[in-house]
Amino acid sequence: MLTTDLEQVLIWRAERDRIAAAEPAEKAALLAGRAQAIRRRVVQMIMTARQGHVGGDMSVTDILTTLFYGTLRIDPADLPKDRDRFILSKGHCAAALYATLASCGYFSPNELDTFMAEGSALNGHPNRVKVPGVETNTGPLGHGLPVAVGQAVGAHLAGSPARVFVVAGDGELQEGSNWEALMAAAHYGLENLTLVVDRNRLQQGARTEDTNGLDPLDARLAAFGCEVRSVDGHNHLALAEAYAPSTTGGPVAVIANTIKGKGISFMEDRVEWHHKVPTSEQADQALLELA
Amino acid sequence: MTAVDVTAPVHDNRKAFAEELMALAAADTRIVAVCNDSVGSSNLVEFRERFPDRLINVGIAEQNMVGVGAGLASMGFVPFVCAAAPFLTGRSLEQIKADVAYSQHPVILCGMSPGMAYGELGPTHHSVEDLSWLRALPGLDIVLPADRAQTRDAVRMLAAEPRPAFMRVGRHKVPDLPESSALERGRFQQLCDGADVTIVAVGTMVSRALQAAEALAADGVTARVLNASWIAPFDAEAVRAAAAQTRAIVTVEEANVSGGLGAAVASLVAALPAGQRVPVEILGLHDFAPTGSTNALLTHFGLDPEHLAEAAKAAMARA
Repeated sequence: MLTTDLEQVLIWRAERDRIAAAEPAEKAALLAGRAQAIRRRVVQMIMTARQGHVGGDMSVTDILTTLFYGTLRIDPADLPKDRDRFILSKGHCAAALYATLASCGYFSPNELDTFMAEGSALNGHPNRVKVPGVETNTGPLGHGLPVAVGQAVGAHLAGSPARVFVVAGDGELQEGSNWEALMAAAHYGLENLTLVVDRNRLQQGARTEDTNGLDPLDARLAAFGCEVRSVDGHNHLALAEAYAPSTTGGPVAVIANTIKGKGISFMEDRVEWHHKVPTSEQADQALLELA
Repeated sequence: MTAVDVTAPVHDNRKAFAEELMALAAADTRIVAVCNDSVGSSNLVEFRERFPDRLINVGIAEQNMVGVGAGLASMGFVPFVCAAAPFLTGRSLEQIKADVAYSQHPVILCGMSPGMAYGELGPTHHSVEDLSWLRALPGLDIVLPADRAQTRDAVRMLAAEPRPAFMRVGRHKVPDLPESSALERGRFQQLCDGADVTIVAVGTMVSRALQAAEALAADGVTARVLNASWIAPFDAEAVRAAAAQTRAIVTVEEANVSGGLGAAVASLVAALPAGQRVPVEILGLHDFAPTGSTNALLTHFGLDPEHLAEAAKAAMARA
């Protein structure tokens, strides 16, 4: 198990507090700057590992940054039972999660250099037994939401104010287990549960709508009892607003409309960048664009 | 050896399971039950009346059910996830792998009415692959209590030290074991001793193994009977001792022979040095069952005391 990096936690706390106190324009700029730094780190990790899921990492980064630098009631150095819970159901985007967790100080950012290296704690998919900040192991799709439902039910039973956030890919919603879980979330009135869908409209092999269409996704999620909020998934202020507590007494579903490969011109919205590894020239170009 | 009373009353272990679970839940608010609509068949009706908030019925949705169990465990609860064994293990196998065993969430999976307890309902409703599937998962304890007392023991032990675990909760009625056989994690219980052959039996087969041992004794063959109640972690020591101290081993389980108890015993014996290996006879299912009652099907697959005694002799003949 990796250990908390207390120095990094202090850095994260200061940045989080600064973001919390900032006026909207500055807040947006700070979060955008943090997200770009995480994206650059992810590109470096993938270049070192020569493996990874760069497209989805880029689409989910703003979603993660807004959660970990504002919304989540968490602190890597202090893990009370009633803390908020976060699950990355699209576990193949572990690099984005690891870079985010390390920036918060859950473990040393130096560890990121071991991403997918032999014997590293940082497997291609997150493992809670080895990585602090990971609540459950994901990788196979459609697993995060049911576990999050269990956590939200548990929070109710315990009388805990904990909120539970789960980020799922859009293609992942083709797995039936998600819809089983949504039925239960509505039935149990889990107002403490927020599902964030990284709606980048691409899955591994093709566009979601050309594969097994999800639209009208908002209507489908609403029909399953969710309070649906559809936002620009790269707009940090819009995301932060969408992460606000439920107003209906039931689960919230945030459709974060994103661009796969966001921030890297030649990757954006291109299906082949699901898990392709850039050449070193492409990586240089990517890092320049993410500056 | 204690004489086997074939007229002894037989019991459905689900009642003992439910009683023990309620007794523990009354004292420990961390204990919750999760089920897939199977409130009645999991004997949870009274649990629901007494602890309505702590019976989480997710409906007919086994994948979600196991995930919810993992989420509850991660929040500090002790979830007993109850469903008919074939659907619990088959439908949600990947959840058991990823959310329970690999994530090390201490979820106690309770496979109700396992084996061929649903006789005539057919192979869709039989849980005879569960041991093969679940033995392949590291970090998952597998417990098959052989009677009411062991069922209570299992519930109590897993609640006291929660860990990822699967337990079979038998519906097919079995007698209480003639001797007190306290459950111990990772240990088989020796129910009687003999020098000629060892019968390693599990679950519903244990009382039948004792009957077979008695029949063998009448023919001058002495049998050691082991109750493999806690299959994972596996009691390698008991198997090595059986190979060293008796001439042959017979395993018997109400399960498919591919990868279950017999496979575990055989792979261990095969790894022994030459000269220490003994013949192993593996009794269990080799095919989908035809239509029939549980008892008829057990006989169909040779899982009765008579066939068991014959298999013991056949194994000894190969020694």
